[in-house]
Amino acid sequence: MNPIILAVIIVSGIGIIAGALLAVLSKIMAVPVDEKAAELEETLPGANCGACGFSGCSGYASALSSGKTENTGLCAPGGNEVSAQIAEIMGLKAENIEPMTAVVFCRGDSENAKKKMIYSGVQSCVLASQLFGGGKECLYGCIGLGDCVNECPYNAIKLCNSVAVVDSELCRACKRCVNVCPKKLIDLVPKARMTAAVMCKNHDKGAVTRKECKSGCIGCTKCVKACQNEAISMDNNVAVVDFSKCTACGNCVDSCPTKAIEIILEKK
Amino acid sequence: MKFYIALLIMGILTQNFVLSKFLGICPFLGVSKKLNTAVGMSAAVIFVMLLATAATYPLNILLEKNGLGYLQTIVFILVIAALVQIVEIAMKKYLKSLYKALGIYLPLITTNCAVLGVVILNIDNISEYSAYNFGFGHAMMNSFAAGAGFMLAMVIFAGVRSRLETADVPKFMRGLPITLVAASIVSLSFLGFSGLVEGLGLL
Repeated sequence: MNPIILAVIIVSGIGIIAGALLAVLSKIMAVPVDEKAAELEETLPGANCGACGFSGCSGYASALSSGKTENTGLCAPGGNEVSAQIAEIMGLKAENIEPMTAVVFCRGDSENAKKKMIYSGVQSCVLASQLFGGGKECLYGCIGLGDCVNECPYNAIKLCNSVAVVDSELCRACKRCVNVCPKKLIDLVPKARMTAAVMCKNHDKGAVTRKECKSGCIGCTKCVKACQNEAISMDNNVAVVDFSKCTACGNCVDSCPTKAIEIILEKK
Repeated sequence: MKFYIALLIMGILTQNFVLSKFLGICPFLGVSKKLNTAVGMSAAVIFVMLLATAATYPLNILLEKNGLGYLQTIVFILVIAALVQIVEIAMKKYLKSLYKALGIYLPLITTNCAVLGVVILNIDNISEYSAYNFGFGHAMMNSFAAGAGFMLAMVIFAGVRSRLETADVPKFMRGLPITLVAASIVSLSFLGFSGLVEGLGLL
């Protein structure tokens, strides 16, 4: 036989056999795919941040489609938009998600906070906090080695003068940094409106706090008296703002002797 | 038996696929960042290499008989691509956890030149080692050794790269440049094994 024709026959023959085999096998061994779960996974942001409490976006999608949860409002990064889309796919009621942003409640930067030692170990807040509670005098303040910076999937956190600062424009409220901070300094705050916040979590007595940090809350209760809406209360030597009552009038900011209170999200 | 051991030592140490034949460099640089992905990728490569050899060795006999040896490359690529697809489908059905662990690496093997390299070199070995009656068993051993050598290179290099992460590298060398320099030094160190097979009297 003509060798060219033989070559063509052999190669195309192998191709046809392989193709047919693949087609048959993919039919025989087809794995049923949950279409709704696949569709839901498309809608979800795909950051796998775990804010919903499931193992990543695919975990949430399969939990929704298999009926393990009916709460469509668990995806904080996706916000209302994703919640509405999920509700449409699943035929459930859309939950309202108030957009939140993470805030680091500490202003103990290298100017304000006193250092008790020069820490030169592994650059990790968790490890540093096990060594006399970190390099700063204040046992409650930001260690400033950036565990939250490394954890953030959206690059929303930066170290600014050895204190972590969250960029609220980039933050999607996935709570990863909240969980990773060894000092529990990070919390979620409503994003849509301005609010006053006490940027300190030092529970020491006022005199001690004053020695440790220039901008710590000394527990003087002046802001509690200054507030018109009774939104500020004292919790173990630290003033705490109730964000649902705060109108951001600014009276507490003016009253604070150590300038530990500020109106956050002021830019908007 | 001696020749089997010689093939094993050659594949892993003296003629390492990645470090002295420079085949499979793409996954070597791409997947060696973490130890567990490096091991997963190498395990998949060993598996596919063995499978591909088993399929292509008899096929080559068919080609040779018809005087179509020049079709080797195209036919082998076709067969390897189809094999990887079949393995992927079967694995998805029966070995779900392994399928998830390997993830994207499985289809990537289709384009791994080390796999094509090993099946073609096996054919070349038939004439090169004709004194030792190079046959199907030897071909399978050679493929396994090549895959094991690939794994050794990946694991060693994963260790090197994890050290590189913390090293103070000059700015212009950061990233790929220092990785390539490190790879060349690792490859150089494997030259120390040359002559091992002859020295042991296995060949």
